[in-house]
Amino acid sequence: MTVSFSFCLGRKMKQEKIFNGYLYTVSILMIVLFSAILITLLIESFPSLKEYGIRFFTGSNWDPNPPEGKPEFGALPFFVGTLITSFLALLICFPFAIMIAVFLGEYYRNGNVSQFLKSMVELLAGIPSVIYGLWGLFVFVPVIRNLELKIFQMAYTDYSHLSAFSQKLMFGLKFILFDLLKIQPIGFGMFTASVILAVMIIPYAASIGREVISMVPNDLKEAAYSMGATRFEVIRYIILPYCRSGIMAGILLALGRAIGETMAVTMVIGNRNLMPKSIFDPANTLASVLANEFAEAVNQLHMSSLIQLGLLLFITTAVINMFGKLIINKMNKAA
Amino acid sequence: MTNSHLKYRLIKDKLFYLFVILMSFIVTVPLFVIIYYIFKMGLSSLSWDFISKLPAPMGESGGGILNALIGTAIIVLLSSLIAVPIGISAGIFLSEFKERKLAKYVRFCTEVLQGAPSIVLGIIAYIWIVKPTQNFSALSGAVALSIMMLPVIIRSTEETLKMIPHTLKEASLSLGVPYSTTIFRIILPCGLNGILTGVLLSIARIMGETAPLLFTAFGSPFLSLDLMKPMNSLPTMIYNYAASPYPQDNAFAWGISAILCIFVLVINLIAKGVSKKWKVQF
Amino acid sequence: MLKKIAVIALSIGMGISALSAQTKELLGAGATFPQPLYSKIFQEYSKKGVNVNYQAIGSGGGINQLIAKTTDFGGTDAIMSSEEESKAGAPILHIPTCLGAVVVSYNLQLGANQRLKMSSALISDIFLGKIVVWNDKRIAAENPGIKLPALPITVVYRSDGSGTTYIFTEYLAKVSTVWDKTVGNGKSVKWPIGIGAKGNPGVAGTINQTPGAIGYVELIYALSNKMPYALVKNKTGKYINPDMKTVSLAAAKGIPANTKVSLTNTDSKDGYPISSFTWIILYKEQNYNGRSLDQAKKTVELIKWMVTSGQNFAPSLHYAKLPKDAQTKALALLNSVTFNGKPIK
Repeated sequence: MTVSFSFCLGRKMKQEKIFNGYLYTVSILMIVLFSAILITLLIESFPSLKEYGIRFFTGSNWDPNPPEGKPEFGALPFFVGTLITSFLALLICFPFAIMIAVFLGEYYRNGNVSQFLKSMVELLAGIPSVIYGLWGLFVFVPVIRNLELKIFQMAYTDYSHLSAFSQKLMFGLKFILFDLLKIQPIGFGMFTASVILAVMIIPYAASIGREVISMVPNDLKEAAYSMGATRFEVIRYIILPYCRSGIMAGILLALGRAIGETMAVTMVIGNRNLMPKSIFDPANTLASVLANEFAEAVNQLHMSSLIQLGLLLFITTAVINMFGKLIINKMNKAA
Repeated sequence: MTNSHLKYRLIKDKLFYLFVILMSFIVTVPLFVIIYYIFKMGLSSLSWDFISKLPAPMGESGGGILNALIGTAIIVLLSSLIAVPIGISAGIFLSEFKERKLAKYVRFCTEVLQGAPSIVLGIIAYIWIVKPTQNFSALSGAVALSIMMLPVIIRSTEETLKMIPHTLKEASLSLGVPYSTTIFRIILPCGLNGILTGVLLSIARIMGETAPLLFTAFGSPFLSLDLMKPMNSLPTMIYNYAASPYPQDNAFAWGISAILCIFVLVINLIAKGVSKKWKVQF
Repeated sequence: MLKKIAVIALSIGMGISALSAQTKELLGAGATFPQPLYSKIFQEYSKKGVNVNYQAIGSGGGINQLIAKTTDFGGTDAIMSSEEESKAGAPILHIPTCLGAVVVSYNLQLGANQRLKMSSALISDIFLGKIVVWNDKRIAAENPGIKLPALPITVVYRSDGSGTTYIFTEYLAKVSTVWDKTVGNGKSVKWPIGIGAKGNPGVAGTINQTPGAIGYVELIYALSNKMPYALVKNKTGKYINPDMKTVSLAAAKGIPANTKVSLTNTDSKDGYPISSFTWIILYKEQNYNGRSLDQAKKTVELIKWMVTSGQNFAPSLHYAKLPKDAQTKALALLNSVTFNGKPIK
């Protein structure tokens, strides 16, 4: 009896060892996957890194096929395009995300209203990006284009019948709209892309914001109420400062998402490889130029430059997400 | 004097409240507008032919999206087959061995992969699978999508398992049940609803992804069951038809969007339902 | 449990793949220029039991994927450059399949039956960004009697590597030294102005939706969408309407044996100046990458059918059939395709 028991025990120990080994292997697989991705991107970008070096980041001439000379790959227009669209999207989404976070975290934590809004926000996050692009292409771009058209027609209306002051006003307005912002009735452009991006990233910023707001310790709030603060004052002076880092984390996550977004952006941004001069200009982001040119990059340097863009995208989103998660972890530990 | 100042503060309070409500509901406006357009423009394309026929040649009317429907189903199934076992196992590891240093690294890699842009993963799948095999294939697309699914599944598995009281595990182990059996027969079933929710959510996420499939599964006008050949999918078709100048193609794109949205919505609802109904109470 | 399901499912998958081992599907990728025609004739060809999957990702993509050997054949309106041919490593044949026209289409509300006339100088100035509004004097001078609106001109070009771009820019490089020096010609060039759209369909769609837009697309895209397109002044000074007849006239010149010829800025009196062949490209030696004789045979058979019986589908889609000379040379090239050195019978 004892012999069979210890035999069973031996087999069970072996089974446990195998199982542990299996778990370890699978998990190491994740690390291997990540490293493999990074290494692949690095190796494939190497030809372009060697050839262009720092020019890649500072040059604004992206020309795979110049009439003479070697192809030149300066990616600055794409950095600018990505930065402008992402930050503009963040700017637009920030107030809304905060308001939703306050709404769901403070005013209506439970109940039907809360469920309703939560579902709405989740649905927003669930709509595939290509559908945002489709809608942007057929609904939003014409709206922006009509707006731009109306503004443009202003330039051709005769204002000589108005008073001198109004004329000067019109002149100033025209200067801002046409020389600074360079509005053309195209519809496509960074502004359009930013607005659509903003709608797409609201759920990400809002959900984390909501979580941290709802986790504010009650005694802090109660102390403030007991001193006669209104709800608004509690939110403004107690809750929001307390949740500063959490909201920051939410914003970082939203930023990471905005930077990497491809499909919706590439369908409405106008696909121009030149340096954009105003937020209404058509442009390209790192992700959209990848989608446009990857399938046909014949020469080695072109392919390598595109993969270098991919590497930069990967590293940037990784760093941003890392910071976001670090902040969240710190908060969770402190709580 | 204090009275009017108090009134001022109270008014600010009320205004802020209204402002919050206003802003929050403004956010739902784009959602309603998008859904309205999808169904207004897409409903007209939906018909039995639409889901049972293959796409018509360019410019001709009629035809359907059968190959895309089946293609998406196959690719999603394949991705899940790859991602679910690995994801659940890694999630188990993270929840069981969370003190180890290895767990920290694994967690880091998972979080980074979660934020990776989908187009970069598509390029990786192209470099790893399409280039060496010199073949566009549904498999490469599925691999790219499975990398996207992994972090979600791992995270939800870990979170779910963390919430299961360890007394359950200890009771089982003290009875002499081997560790692996404990996990598979006792812990996992308890956490099934959370894990299932995670799987369903990741499926909903990848169903609509286009960028990774652009250079991997490529696309096809025919019905194909071959995993090593190109395969059409719903988001690929939306992208191709959206850029087309033919109005019937555009109408198709809306119709496909409608179907895709319904799928995503249904899966999200199921995930919620699962999460509520099967929740094991402790 | 999960593992069992995984194993079963994967084996079913592999089994299905194995069943499809006999070549019943050919994969091609490339130009959007002939896509409506190819799409139609491949659907017809599938009645013979072979499915031809053609993905229109642009000529650049077509060439690239053939070089990467991921496709059976490619489609391109741009003749492969020497750099591309050397990258391929093995000789590649260009087989012409039809003739088409690149038209300059625009989005303007003009009077009934009013069409814009454009000289080559006008076209190059517009696409260089030197003329930015429609009611510019230069456009008006060439089009007396047409009231042009005060709309800004929005140039639309191809954002992907395109043979249509190649044809158009080759024409512009021939007629404008400024264009030749600053932009040059190629499948992707650095456009001085405008917005990019994907594929011929994308450009046509964008022009269609943007008032005041102008762009270049293949004839059939403008026709199917009832988009107006310009009469272009050719080398002999006549304004030519792009259609099958004028395109065929542009091709009425000697074609070399390898069929690599450019038809733009034709000398032909009534020929349309922005015409071109479109080619199917494939490797001369078909035994690469583990390809089977069967697959090579099916590929060659397909292309042979395209240049013979498939030609009957061209006119209804406004592509011009191959002239006799081109067809003969195409068939001769196809007969020279080998498998392991032996011609494929």
